[in-house]
Amino acid sequence: MIKQILFALSLVVTLGVFTYTVRRLIAIFKLTKPAFPIKDIGKRVEVTLKVAFGQTKILRRSVIGLMHALVWWGFLVILVGSIEMVIDGLAGTERVLAFLGVVYNIIMASGDIFALLIALFIVAFLFRRIFMKVKRFDGIEMKHKSHVDANIALSLILFLMVTLLGMNTFYLAHATATGHEITGIYPVSQYLVGWFSGMNETQLYILHEANWWGHILGIFFFANYLPYSKHFHVFMSVPNVFFSNLAPLGKMANMENITKEVKLMLDPEAAFADAPEEEEAVERFGVLDAQDVNWKNYMDSLACTQCGRCTSVCPANITGKLLSPRKIVMNVRERMKEKAPGLLKDGVTFDDGKALIGNYITKEELWACTTCNACAQECPININQPALILDMRRYLVMEESAAPGELNQIFSNIENNGAPWQFAQDDRMLWAEELYLNK
Amino acid sequence: MEKTKVKIEVPVMADKFANGEKPEYLLWVGSAGAFDDRYKNVTRTFVKILAYLGIDYAVLGTEESSSGDVARRAGNEMLFQMQALMNVEILKGYEVKKIITCDPHVYNTFKNEYPDYDGNYEVIHHSQFLKQLIDDGKLKLDTDVFKGKSITYHDPCYLGRANGEYNAPRKVINTLSSSLIEMKRNRSFALCCGAGGGQMFKEAEKGNKEVFIERTEDALETGAEIIATACPYCMVMMTDGLKYSNKEEKIKNYDIAELVAMSLNL
Repeated sequence: MIKQILFALSLVVTLGVFTYTVRRLIAIFKLTKPAFPIKDIGKRVEVTLKVAFGQTKILRRSVIGLMHALVWWGFLVILVGSIEMVIDGLAGTERVLAFLGVVYNIIMASGDIFALLIALFIVAFLFRRIFMKVKRFDGIEMKHKSHVDANIALSLILFLMVTLLGMNTFYLAHATATGHEITGIYPVSQYLVGWFSGMNETQLYILHEANWWGHILGIFFFANYLPYSKHFHVFMSVPNVFFSNLAPLGKMANMENITKEVKLMLDPEAAFADAPEEEEAVERFGVLDAQDVNWKNYMDSLACTQCGRCTSVCPANITGKLLSPRKIVMNVRERMKEKAPGLLKDGVTFDDGKALIGNYITKEELWACTTCNACAQECPININQPALILDMRRYLVMEESAAPGELNQIFSNIENNGAPWQFAQDDRMLWAEELYLNK
Repeated sequence: MEKTKVKIEVPVMADKFANGEKPEYLLWVGSAGAFDDRYKNVTRTFVKILAYLGIDYAVLGTEESSSGDVARRAGNEMLFQMQALMNVEILKGYEVKKIITCDPHVYNTFKNEYPDYDGNYEVIHHSQFLKQLIDDGKLKLDTDVFKGKSITYHDPCYLGRANGEYNAPRKVINTLSSSLIEMKRNRSFALCCGAGGGQMFKEAEKGNKEVFIERTEDALETGAEIIATACPYCMVMMTDGLKYSNKEEKIKNYDIAELVAMSLNL
């Protein structure tokens, strides 16, 4: 009974903190701009099954991608066991899902195997991060904090896997020692039992309880640590894929407020003939600061786990330019974290004298993008980095007329003679002169 | 057999319309297609192919204007939408339904972005157009011209990643030559030539290398004698890259339309 009360208490604390985090996030999301309507649910489910559950994009790098995919698929299986532990903890039962029979055996057996696999992979990941020099994990945006964060997350997962194996092992050992019936199959743990053959019933019981509590409290802690870590991607990746931009990568989002203005310029009479509009607050064109991003940009920034696949394929970054798509995404999250308290308190007019462009992101970075979409193509969870970069360019050009001189020149050429080059529109057929076909 | 030279008069939409004709296709030449010294040859060559096949098409001629792609990607949404709305209006006047273009940027903008301004067309990249003609048996190519010549193909971002078209240009090349050598970064993994998003028109930001050099090195690594492209920007960049590497004498870069025309000796 005491165990149940203690468990219920820790669950309440866990859910309490989690609810606080979620409510705060919802409040921040409400500060962001609209992105696109959520339509095509069927297509979204399909893309989620493929990209999130099927891991198609992370598998573009086959070896390390497969390791990640196995960790993820293992996580999904082990999740069933975690749910069982919560029920057991609250109800005072033991392995309550055992009634599932064969299904239960399969889940427990694969969970047991996955626990070992994941533990091994996590050790490999830690080794890679700490002892090997992987270029992808470096960059101006990868501060000491980022590396510590990654290693904490990995260590926590390792702890969870070790305690899971411990729990299974001592469950088997204790049941064998006391002659209890064993439910579930544990292909890995059954070999570990032999290591503890010298222990008595009490010792085995205590070790089982220690691992059980260690595992579930580890999960509770992890769940509340994640939202403040780059590893929030554990929660955010699946929704982020579900809410992917479904348009072809080449399509840039339309700005309807501009369409209205342009129509007015091209045909003032027709535009005025429309129902007189109420005066709308003047909206900023493009993105200058955190509150200008849309909800998908912000979701992208929360889901990003800083893997750096985007930056590693960026032509600008590859050739030594300052631009790193990963940095742009990370900056959105950092800036929102910094500015959100003020925004939530004083509203969108809150000003701390800083901005995303200027204090976090330089113009030099923004103008280095070739809009090739290699970053978006590579992102395992469909983050759209170019959308952000282009919205910041839109701010620079339309609000500050701060494009590089050469680009201002092509703008005026297009305006004056309909081509980026300074050639007269009347000369557009010169190429067709003296053209002969061999027949 | 000795061939005779026949002068091509490129049909212009306004003239056609005045005669009560409605061409099946509009060929969107694009600013690079009309003005870039090297790339003009691609337009001329593609038009030769159209004439050779007797395709019912016309161009806008002096009524054509920038698609606005580069303005949009350089951040000038206002200018882009002005161009888009004007172009949609002109195309509406000529009741245009099918557009062919050699420029993947034009292709992308018309196909994906103009529908936001009620410009709905069947947009066909010239690689897709040529592939279809080959598939239908209407375009028969002489494979002897490129016998023993290895060709590598550079994927334009706005044809490949942006719109998922990797196969059509490869199909055209494979019809011409049996030795298409892929670069190590190809298809969706392809590296940009460095010209998109307005880069074509400005100095690159500070770095340790030009993107077009990095990409030209990918192409040179294959050992191919011909670098095939299917985009005006890529054409300019790869040409520069070859010059920079002092390889322009030995290695040539051609648009796939030029390869087709060479094979047919147009």
